[in-house]
Amino acid sequence: MSGAHASNPGPDSPDTSGWDRPMSRAMRADGAPAMLEDYVAAGGYEGLRRALRDYKPEDVTKTVIDSGLRGRGGAGYSTGRKWSTMPLGPDAPHPKYVVCNGDEMEPGSFKDRHLLSRNPHLLIEGMLVAAYAVQADAGYIFLRAQYDEPYANVERALAEAAAAGYLGEHILGSDFSFELFLHESVGRYICGEASAMLNALESQRPNPRARPPHMTGAGLYARPTVVNNVETFCAVPSIVRNGVDWWKSLSSSPEGGTKIYGIAGRVQRPGCVELPMGTSIRELIEVHAGGMQPGFELRAVSPGGASTAFVAAGDMDVAMDFTAMEAVKSRMGTGTIVVLDDQTCPIGMTLNMQQFFAQESCGWCTPCREGLQWTAHLLREIEEGRGRLEDLDVLAEHVWFMGADKTFCDLAPGAMQPLEAALRLFRDDFVAHIESGRCPYASETAAPTPARGGDAG
Amino acid sequence: MSLTDDERRELEELLPHYPDRRAAADSALRALQRRRRWLSDDSLADLGEFLGMSVAELDSLATFANMLFRQPVGRHVVLLCDSFACWSLGYDGLRAEVESQLGVGLGGTTRDGRFTLLPIVCLGACDRGPAMMVDADLHGPVAAGDVGAILGEYA
Repeated sequence: MSGAHASNPGPDSPDTSGWDRPMSRAMRADGAPAMLEDYVAAGGYEGLRRALRDYKPEDVTKTVIDSGLRGRGGAGYSTGRKWSTMPLGPDAPHPKYVVCNGDEMEPGSFKDRHLLSRNPHLLIEGMLVAAYAVQADAGYIFLRAQYDEPYANVERALAEAAAAGYLGEHILGSDFSFELFLHESVGRYICGEASAMLNALESQRPNPRARPPHMTGAGLYARPTVVNNVETFCAVPSIVRNGVDWWKSLSSSPEGGTKIYGIAGRVQRPGCVELPMGTSIRELIEVHAGGMQPGFELRAVSPGGASTAFVAAGDMDVAMDFTAMEAVKSRMGTGTIVVLDDQTCPIGMTLNMQQFFAQESCGWCTPCREGLQWTAHLLREIEEGRGRLEDLDVLAEHVWFMGADKTFCDLAPGAMQPLEAALRLFRDDFVAHIESGRCPYASETAAPTPARGGDAG
Repeated sequence: MSLTDDERRELEELLPHYPDRRAAADSALRALQRRRRWLSDDSLADLGEFLGMSVAELDSLATFANMLFRQPVGRHVVLLCDSFACWSLGYDGLRAEVESQLGVGLGGTTRDGRFTLLPIVCLGACDRGPAMMVDADLHGPVAAGDVGAILGEYA
């Protein structure tokens, strides 16, 4: 049911209580947002203090490079290396910007909501440290529409931070000044593409931009701009505060640190939990989410948003990190798992994803604008019992046709990842739909299948 | 129609967040919609005058965005999450129940002007699916039996 802080009990496990969870440390047990008092009591703003007192800007960036921190929005690019391409020094152009991508709109992604709702000051501190490292003058937090509760929490936290001297002129008595604004999106998934997001922030139509130039050279208002995900910024303060060796020691994989994982679908305790980077999918589901609900078997998972390839139930021991997931032909993505159970149609789930991507294509480039309509159409034909075996070949062609580097941005290639995996993992289901002329998962009383038509829907 | 003093004051307060008036357009559209519920042609004309932009430019932004309404909506907007996560957790049954209680389908507004029902992409609440929003409130997981009580909270 509803309520400002109502949520599921969420995943947890008694045997993780001793682990260090820097991104969750300040979070309140009652689920209310950690405001300034909670945050400072848990060591908040110590990373910023240390950066301003002990570090030159370029040394902050070097520390973040050495930590191995990679972008938590899904792409996994080295955060520190991105910062290192910002122009620094007396000849650098100003203003420079730091922008937080809080456009969490990819289906199956729900970790940034957790951080924004529960620990808004952590994001502010992370952006401040980043801004000091690249000597930025101003920043924006770009939040998706519909995040009303997170928005309100961040807005309150910004007011608290400004009143306490963490924002504005001469922060904590230093030479460093920084302004931070909160911006609420007017909608559309494409705004999560970093360059489209900058267009949206400028109130331009949010088509993605051509690259080069890279955003660190010419980003927001054509000024040098760093764009990072909410969770990426949230990881930064504790790295600066506690050092590279500490951060690396938190992880159970070579990638270092912790990760906000999520588990949803027919599991016992869905929710978000911070765990060592590289925790296995099996542990996430069986230990932290309490396993599947009674009567449901695990079939596969969508490991990190609708643009990541399904991983079959037989591969659950894989570590959820950027590198290990490649071995199961997928990606960690956002690290928020949605389980596919044995009573849910995998073709129907793939169709739902393709419909989403087709609807959200910005229409700028042809393969995406036209191709996604067609993959969604063919999947609907198959799901509703009008499919033909040769449709599977056409779908496979589209996976190639909309693959990496054939489109203007990553929307369509992302859409092809679950489709490729579905064709590989659920072939028997496709064939069963086509041969029986109906969805085997639909109830027996479902309406008879209408004839194959030329039009979608 | 023209901007009221209150509207103008709120829009003026947005301007310092952006380097020029034009860049404030998305936020200005959203702010005006919050006051007027939806964006009529007159509303775009009012904003165009304030921002120094043409109605066509503003309409290009408004029609691309899914949360800017260019048609009248009800007093409360119901958003039904249609992500694959909510779909796997009972979206079809929830949608049928909401449509039946409101007597309208997706995109429809009840005859009394109380509710508009709209589909929405993933609400980022997969761990609370099937999820829906009414105005700024997130509800989830919503069982079909909860729908009447939830809608009853919004007069």
